[in-house]
Amino acid sequence: MSDEATAATGHEPDYLAQKGFRSWACTHDHKRIGVMYLIATHSFFLIGGILAMLLRLKLLTPGPALMSDHAYNVLFTLHGAMMIFLFIIPAIPSSLGNFFIPLLIGARDVAFPRLNLYSFWIFVVGIVITVASLLQPIDTGWTFYTPYSAQTASAVTALSCGMFLVGMSSILTGLNFIVTIHTMRAPGMTWYRMPLFIWGMYGTSVIQVLATPVIGITFVLLVAERLLGIGFFDPAKGGDPLLFQHFFWFYSHPVVYVMILPAMGIISEVIPVFARKPIFGYKAIAYSALAIGFIGFLVWGHHMFVSGMSTVASVIFSFLTFFVAVPTGIKIFNWIATLYRGSISLDSPMLYALAFIFLFIIGGLTGLFLGSLATDVHVTDTYFLVAHFHYTMMGGTIMGLFAGLHYWFPKITGRMLNEKWAKQAWLFIVVGFNVTFFPMFILGMQGMPRRFSQYPEKYQPLNILATVGSWILFAGIFIMFLNFVRSLRHGARAPDNPWQGLTLEWTVPSPPTVENFETIPTITDWPYGYGKKKRQAK
Amino acid sequence: MTTHDPHKGAPVEARLGIWAFLATELLLFGGLFTAYLVFRLEYPELFHREHLRLSRVLGTLNTVLLLTSSLTMATGIAAIRHGRQRTLQIALALTLALAAGFLGIKYVEWSEDFSHGLFPSSNLFFGLYFVMTGLHGLHVILGMTVMVWLLWRARRGDFSAEYNTPVEVTGLYWHFVDLVWIYLFPLLYLIG
Repeated sequence: MSDEATAATGHEPDYLAQKGFRSWACTHDHKRIGVMYLIATHSFFLIGGILAMLLRLKLLTPGPALMSDHAYNVLFTLHGAMMIFLFIIPAIPSSLGNFFIPLLIGARDVAFPRLNLYSFWIFVVGIVITVASLLQPIDTGWTFYTPYSAQTASAVTALSCGMFLVGMSSILTGLNFIVTIHTMRAPGMTWYRMPLFIWGMYGTSVIQVLATPVIGITFVLLVAERLLGIGFFDPAKGGDPLLFQHFFWFYSHPVVYVMILPAMGIISEVIPVFARKPIFGYKAIAYSALAIGFIGFLVWGHHMFVSGMSTVASVIFSFLTFFVAVPTGIKIFNWIATLYRGSISLDSPMLYALAFIFLFIIGGLTGLFLGSLATDVHVTDTYFLVAHFHYTMMGGTIMGLFAGLHYWFPKITGRMLNEKWAKQAWLFIVVGFNVTFFPMFILGMQGMPRRFSQYPEKYQPLNILATVGSWILFAGIFIMFLNFVRSLRHGARAPDNPWQGLTLEWTVPSPPTVENFETIPTITDWPYGYGKKKRQAK
Repeated sequence: MTTHDPHKGAPVEARLGIWAFLATELLLFGGLFTAYLVFRLEYPELFHREHLRLSRVLGTLNTVLLLTSSLTMATGIAAIRHGRQRTLQIALALTLALAAGFLGIKYVEWSEDFSHGLFPSSNLFFGLYFVMTGLHGLHVILGMTVMVWLLWRARRGDFSAEYNTPVEVTGLYWHFVDLVWIYLFPLLYLIG
């Protein structure tokens, strides 16, 4: 590929030209590091997905079948832990963020390229330790609640160490991005001329730096509890299990915005390109990203309404939770206003962006049900909750990720995707997703609790529906990945700017050269002047 | 972008990076301080009774050592900003010695605790005491490791009035480690 590309353009070789293990393992190139993260995180998406298929298969019948109850506990724990810590959290920031932040702000690399490589290898060591913990797979649920997690014989200690390292990698990546965005922007790129993906990544990075250390210390305390016999979280020794939950959610709630903000950034890039209209309400979208990041730190208690927190605290957390809906609503309003009267072309990135809006509205609004105290008592720990967070995480973050992957695949690989396959995959995914998860809202309202391997027979029909849906969903994701792999070899060569985008990554070759830009561009305008001759950013 | 004025210190990337890192460290220790607050409010008598078992003399001595090491570190940075390489080397060596003294005293304290049958599992106060001073001690060791490397580079003549970013950044980290101790000392040793 590289030889032809060099011959064709006569410029520097592209970033993929160099071959060999060392050229990847020791690279400081943000693009290569991004690609390595892409592969690492997506392999856990596939493993986590296969686990989910097994769980759904088990739930086809109400009684004991297929696997023991303990095996079921292990599978849903691993499904949750892998999907959250090893896939959704790092998927967009570490892969697409690494690849595209420098390209979108007109820089040659991130601020600390060597640190970037270290973060990647810390991530890998974390993964290895996590995988090693599978010798005695944990069965605590992905939330590691004490006192059970402090007592179980499963490998909680090993997994905590693995997660600590994954978190450290996440912190260093966030730190790198904050400094990059502050100091490496091309001349003329003021804050209000930055693409909105950068605003989203900025909010994400701040959360990564400020929230992740708290889960780090939580894991340290959990390990200390297990190894040294301290009783911080053990009521028998005077400790407080609620304290663990506070610590855990002080990280794990803000981190849902680590997942969603970059996805929202991608949606803000894709929609104007495929609606051929300037983004509506640029500043509102930018500031709402920061607002979500900020308020996200103040709502963790809504995970603990039934854990025995004081009523006053619950009321305050409930109120603040409603507050997060405001900036989220602002974003959705702005995207829809951008679509309004645009010249919409339904290419695959746009289809995923629309799926994001549709599914995330459902996910977001059901979040308000859970955030209000009275309804929450009714639906806590039922399938309603499971449906809600799959609509936000999979329907939100992962649809945003898929939009980004389809949008940027030509830039990353230099090849176009097969559009027909992409659309078929999209159809399967959207139909399959809704058939899988919508019945869970109803099951939850009817009172089916989560995390049980067996259930009363009256819930079976909807469970069958959900399991069939998971097969459709799996087929869609399979087609999508087949399309990725096939297009790497057989896709048409990508032009520099297949979608006529105005952001900087489309001004460089596909795939980009090692140095990204021959000369660093000077920015004179915002990147959303679609459909108009000239539009000042102000 | 990496242009910088020697009078303003390290380039903006490095300064922003280390401050973001310190923010992360602050939140890391923040979890422990929160746990301290929660348990202290819940068990005031336990905290009062147990804190008397710690040696205030050794704690004070350690505070003096660490504060002085911050001074020597700052002296080193001020010196290299004016290009005085020899002073930097002496300052780094002194800082290392003071840090080693701190750890030595910590070792004596812990050994005495163990010999009196005080372990992390003894009660919540000592659980917190060992985890907090242990995590802080790890930070001291990390800082010393970096300073050994700095000293080696300083002896090679890597640093000058124009280039001293690693020294300045390590200095900020070291002051942070010192600052954490300034909070740990009264919370664990003094407040009854």
